[in-house]
Amino acid sequence: MKAIYSLFLVFALILLAMIGAGTLGMEYLFGVIIPYLAVLAFVVGFMLKVIGWGKSAVPFRITSTCGQAKSFPWIKENKLENPSSTWGVIGRMFFEVFLFRSLFRNTKVEIHDGQRIAYSSSKWLWLFAILFHYTFLVIVLRHMRFFTEPVPYPFVLLDRLDGMLQIGAPVLYISSLIILAALFYLLLRRLLIPSMRYISLPSDYFPLFLIIGVVITGILMRYFLKTDIMAIKELSMGLVTFRPVTPEGIGVIFFIHLFLVSVLLFYFPISKLMHMGGVFLSPTRNMTGNTRMVRHVNPWNYPVKVHTYDAYEDEFREKMVEAGLPVVKPLEEKSENAENKE
Amino acid sequence: MAIQKPDTMFKNIDHKPPRKDWMDVPADIKPGRYCYAAGPEPLEYVGMPNPRKWDPLDKDWKLPENWENTIITGMKERLEKYRSFKIFMDICVRCGACADKCHYFIGSGDPKNMPVLRAELLRSIYRGELTTAGQILGRFAGGRKLTEEVLKEIWYYYYQCSECRRCSIFCPYGIDQAEITIIGRELLNLIGLNIGWIAQPVANCYRTGNHLGIQPHAFKDMLEFFCDDIEEIYGIKPEPTFNKVGADILFVTPSGDVFADPGTYTCMGYLILFHYLKEEYGLDITWSTYASEGGNFGLFTSHEMMKRLNAKMYMEAKRLGVKWILGGECGHMWRVIHQYMDTMNGPADFLEMPISPITGTRFENASSTKMVHIVEFTADLIKNGKLNLNKSRNANVRATYHDSCNPARGMGFFDEPRYVLNNVIDTFHEMPQGTTKEQTFCCGGGSGLNAGENEEIRMMGGLPRANAVKFVHDKHDVNMLSCICAIDRATLTAMVDYWVPGVQVCGVHELVGNALILPGEHERETDLRGETLPGKEEE
Repeated sequence: MKAIYSLFLVFALILLAMIGAGTLGMEYLFGVIIPYLAVLAFVVGFMLKVIGWGKSAVPFRITSTCGQAKSFPWIKENKLENPSSTWGVIGRMFFEVFLFRSLFRNTKVEIHDGQRIAYSSSKWLWLFAILFHYTFLVIVLRHMRFFTEPVPYPFVLLDRLDGMLQIGAPVLYISSLIILAALFYLLLRRLLIPSMRYISLPSDYFPLFLIIGVVITGILMRYFLKTDIMAIKELSMGLVTFRPVTPEGIGVIFFIHLFLVSVLLFYFPISKLMHMGGVFLSPTRNMTGNTRMVRHVNPWNYPVKVHTYDAYEDEFREKMVEAGLPVVKPLEEKSENAENKE
Repeated sequence: MAIQKPDTMFKNIDHKPPRKDWMDVPADIKPGRYCYAAGPEPLEYVGMPNPRKWDPLDKDWKLPENWENTIITGMKERLEKYRSFKIFMDICVRCGACADKCHYFIGSGDPKNMPVLRAELLRSIYRGELTTAGQILGRFAGGRKLTEEVLKEIWYYYYQCSECRRCSIFCPYGIDQAEITIIGRELLNLIGLNIGWIAQPVANCYRTGNHLGIQPHAFKDMLEFFCDDIEEIYGIKPEPTFNKVGADILFVTPSGDVFADPGTYTCMGYLILFHYLKEEYGLDITWSTYASEGGNFGLFTSHEMMKRLNAKMYMEAKRLGVKWILGGECGHMWRVIHQYMDTMNGPADFLEMPISPITGTRFENASSTKMVHIVEFTADLIKNGKLNLNKSRNANVRATYHDSCNPARGMGFFDEPRYVLNNVIDTFHEMPQGTTKEQTFCCGGGSGLNAGENEEIRMMGGLPRANAVKFVHDKHDVNMLSCICAIDRATLTAMVDYWVPGVQVCGVHELVGNALILPGEHERETDLRGETLPGKEEE
């Protein structure tokens, strides 16, 4: 049900763009105003969110240690999984952010007869997650050819590499295939694995359907419903040079594509997609594990009520003396100031 | 309460979730899976909110007026004070990588024991009460309102998490359920929702210095009783000092070691080692009856309570004028010492840089906190050939080693204990990959959940650990599960009895104590447990 709601929502968005930009001819709204607002919302929203996180204190160094700590010189330290230096942290974060290190560790539990539990390596999620994220990046970068004139060489090269299979005209992008496969894997595991279905929320399905929508409209536009690519470039160049125009002859499919991207940008900062920023700030990963060696300061550390030795001795002095334990004050006299202190 | 037989429990494991949406499945508080609530006395003693007599099975939990507001305000405050909490509330994508990593989920199949859902219990409140999208869109945005039913669910499941952090190492964003549970319990404690097995030790520790409420004279008696036992076995009686001003080193260990088998044997191991070091090298280590607890059930209550209980270690070290502090074998104690103590109660500028007076080794890794783990201390002694050891006195022992959660994922303390073990025993086998080191499994009773009344969930949660022990027991005839945690020693014993009968549990220093040759000792017939040594059987 949660998946169906999300799917309908994406259909509704498509319909909205079809009617708005197509039937009603509000091309300026869908081609200029909404994209501008979306970019603005994305940039401001993303920044506000990250600043909001940054404003929260980091009172303790709660590193998750996944390897041998720095110890004696004769014990080999795991500098990446349990870093004791900033370089170690940078290395750990590199593997985490760019190679999804923790997800690579994934295992699957299996319960067998005869009271046996086994843990097997399970890297499919890692594989498809990494495929999805990197092809998404490639696609974003390859779109830069619409926003630059002349197109810088790296973008041209990327475009050529992506199309190196040389199938069809215009040539088929490898990234189009991979991202669809990855998205469907991510969607199907949510729908088909019972525990995944159980934990999934509408806000897990919605971005999946939305991105699938973006990809499919993009593919349709390129390979099937041919649109005037020069007109689109005129529009996109108009957007980045702040001289917006809406040339004639751009098919409605383009406006649907653009509208879905705009919705994605609006939605990004208020959703789980913010893991893109959050992964850099996660305190279990981006701090050193050598807390006994280098003191961490808590900015809001405050004095607390403690039970002092004097108060303790006052309560037990008699028993202590009887047991032959040393006491500070002799039996008769009660110490002053033996109240609990702040 | 009698629980199912092991094979029945195993057969009944079902990881299939119900068809209904989890938000529509109310928590059914089952006997055997929850711990009794705390009575008013311990709360009153330490000044915690809403002390009263209450029962989780009753409909009325006697919540304070305006409790919703207390929780929501408390949440807001903690979102500002802990970046961890704020980020962990915002960025989970529910990828499910953590789902089958929790020992309580593996053993019970209860879907709300999947770390992701345990976090969602609180996250849904965060979204529903504190974010705009959640307030407008409600369940479509994954938000819900804080109701009494939801509160009960959070209490039930946040006391079925042992803060072991296993899920956190698999999370692509490092989301740490232990941190969420710590803060969740802190919120619950604001309105007097707790469990007795945590609240009572906290009050005891505040008053007497240790969780078990052992008063100074009794503490001394207990240790002296161990010294008598040692005399029977070795012919030599250690003479520990207590609260001694001017000693070299203060030793702090969990009081569980003083109180209950098999921790007591580990405690004897410490006494033997300290006696040896005193005789051979003149090292003066003192015990404190005031700082007589290494463990810290404050960690399972609130950050503030953790700080209040932990303060005694530095206060006592300062009062006694020792050079530095040595800490015994304990799991969560070392999480607190390694990751919190210096920050909360430091800087320890009144102590010296920890240097072993015997080997001259500088413990650089403890240069700020100035507290050294006894296993690294002993490892250094062995490495420098300062201990006279005879492995054959552990010839009865075919050991494996359980990495306790906190020293594993809160320190990275892996090779030191293995080095010590390899020097005091002959037969050692690792448990299978995926169940050791950073991927180690909880004993099933960590974070204050080692009570009697929740035996069922403890056995379920202990299953993954026990099953790995069973593997080496069947394959290599392993008969001893060694560890460096007092809670482990208490809980694993019952847990292996249930799942893998025939395996015993010990601390690393029990084995050190067995192997150590004391100057002038008589020939030994038995080990510390009084079991006859091989070759010493009477003909």
